[in-house]
Amino acid sequence: MKSVNIEIALTHILTRKRQTIVASFGVTIGIAIYICLNTLIIGTNRYSDNAIFKTTPHVRVYKEDEISKPLSHDSLPDKRQYVIVNPKISNISKNLINPVKLLNDIKRQPEVTAAAPMVIANIFYNNGKSQLTGISWGINVVEANNMFDIESTMVGGDFKTLLSTPNGIILGVGIADKLNIKLNDNVSIISSVGVIKLMKVIGFFKSSNITTDKSKSYMNLAAAQQLLAQGPNYVTDIYVNIKDPEKAPVYAGFLATLTGYTTEDWKAANELFVAGKKIRGILFMVVSWAILLVAAFGIYNILNMTISQKLNDIAILKATGFLGKDVVNIFVFEAMVMGIIGTILGCLLAALIVDLLSHIYIGADIGNFPIQFEPSVSFTGMGVGLLVTFFAGYIPARKAAKVDPVAIFRK
Amino acid sequence: MEKKVILKTSHVGKYFYDPIKFKALDDISFEVYQGEFLTLAGKSGSGKSTLLYILSTMDTDYEGELFIEGKKITGQSKDKLAAIRGENIGFVFQFHYLLPEFSCLKNIMIPAMKLGKKSTEEIEALAYQRLEMLDLKEQALKPASKLSGGQQQRIAIARALINSPKIIMCDEPTGNLDTKNTQIVFDLFKQIAREFGQTIIAVTHDLDFAKASDRTIELADGKIISYGL
Ligand SMILES: Nc1ncnc2c1ncn2[C@@H]1O[C@H](COP(=O)(O)OP(=O)(O)OP(=O)(O)O)[C@@H](O)[C@H]1O
Ligand SMILES: [Mg+2]
Repeated sequence: MKSVNIEIALTHILTRKRQTIVASFGVTIGIAIYICLNTLIIGTNRYSDNAIFKTTPHVRVYKEDEISKPLSHDSLPDKRQYVIVNPKISNISKNLINPVKLLNDIKRQPEVTAAAPMVIANIFYNNGKSQLTGISWGINVVEANNMFDIESTMVGGDFKTLLSTPNGIILGVGIADKLNIKLNDNVSIISSVGVIKLMKVIGFFKSSNITTDKSKSYMNLAAAQQLLAQGPNYVTDIYVNIKDPEKAPVYAGFLATLTGYTTEDWKAANELFVAGKKIRGILFMVVSWAILLVAAFGIYNILNMTISQKLNDIAILKATGFLGKDVVNIFVFEAMVMGIIGTILGCLLAALIVDLLSHIYIGADIGNFPIQFEPSVSFTGMGVGLLVTFFAGYIPARKAAKVDPVAIFRK
Repeated sequence: MEKKVILKTSHVGKYFYDPIKFKALDDISFEVYQGEFLTLAGKSGSGKSTLLYILSTMDTDYEGELFIEGKKITGQSKDKLAAIRGENIGFVFQFHYLLPEFSCLKNIMIPAMKLGKKSTEEIEALAYQRLEMLDLKEQALKPASKLSGGQQQRIAIARALINSPKIIMCDEPTGNLDTKNTQIVFDLFKQIAREFGQTIIAVTHDLDFAKASDRTIELADGKIISYGL
């Protein structure tokens, strides 16, 4: 851009400091709010995703219940001739066949970051006369901890003790409360197939979900297999984590073909949560763009005003050899100066607000506000800010370029 | 010495449509020679300013044809015309039009900076020289809006001279000036025409001014009534 154009633009800006500051300030607020809202949404999503991933794997591989098929044949003359009239869930075991090989096959996939075998068992917790129904996860201690960081949810006892205690069990705090169980107490467990097992309570965990805390427990894989009266090859689920959880729905399909079993991705398992997240995202986006557009409108307005007050000047410039393009450049440059000042200040303001928010304590479970400075959001914010100010300048500037000097001079 | 035609019009006509259709210029054909000091005279409303805007290439809405240095100007694009103006034509308007936020010096320098043929230092030196010629050196750094009407008019003249254009067009250049300043401007124009071979086309009411020029074309009701030859 020619230096005369820059000089003219800068002179305009400097002789209207107040308007320039007001317009820039509008952009500052707009960009700051845009960045804060988007940072907030990322932080919240990250927090809630993490909460989900504490109990849900990215993909779950399991064997779906099958309904007994009616033994009717298309070849039979009368298709209404059913051999079974009242189909039920078939009695075939939920066992995944050859789980070791299956697990190795899954672990060999480059996308897979962790895979853990599981035995999920429905059980009763008994202490004296009181009884509670619930669900127990038979886990491979190390692999399950890698996946769900169970250790971080422990509120009593030591998670690692499970490794050395074959009949150890870790209870949700809700169960312990209800059944009045203390650390190192024994609790008798009855499984859905009627096996009774006396287990030693080696710890308690507390998740972010009260219902979970009132029903769930962890034990060793082998203990769960015994409870279900099954051998060491019995595995009901394989839980899989992958590099990018967003790709889970697609990857679940791939795993289904690979293993031949049913798969369920975390988004399908948490539809309500995913929908809520989507709505939140749209809401925030609409609000942040609306504020940004209001800021851009400030620049547009001020430039429009400047141009209509400067029709004479524009006519003189055009009479002395300036092209329409030069006039556009001058006014777009003015808009961009306001936009750049506003955007930079907006980023700083946003960084300040994010820092303040990140120090605000919310509650026991969440701790501090789940927000942290996201460089990528600031870059998008800057880009969006400059883009928006460019158009806020370009639209009125184009009008200025069309000014007919003769019409001005005749007045 | 053979006279070289620098500007020529051929059957130029101009209509205004607002409020009613009205022919402001009718069949204007004449030639202007290089180094000539030409005045356009006529009663108020006779079409002098209208004609000058067409000659200046700023008004493109007319019939007939305009040539500058033998090149046809009629029908060129707006950007081409702006470039031709910047390089070949200097203006002094009927009302003094300066950029109010800029100093007098900057006002004079801007067309030259736009043309971009000289360095800023050279342009500044040249602008000071022009200011001196017009007896305005002390005003150089004042904002243009702080000057008297006559001073502004002379700044506008200095601006028109900065690119040493081949043609200088003025609409009532002395309209705002007292006798002393009128004389200064007048002598300056003569000197420019004589010494630098620049052509001056000036619109005027002032009969003395017209008489003292090389030639006067007289307009009445949009028609040429005298070629002054
Ligand atoms: N924009 C316009 N719309 C309609 N008519 C116009 C317009 N501009 C000028 N005219 C008319 O054209 C005629 C010529 O006007 P012009 O300004 O050229 O006169 P002039 O000779 O320069 O007068 P003066 O000496 O007062 O400056 C006048 O009758 C005027 O009313
Ligand atoms: Mg006039």
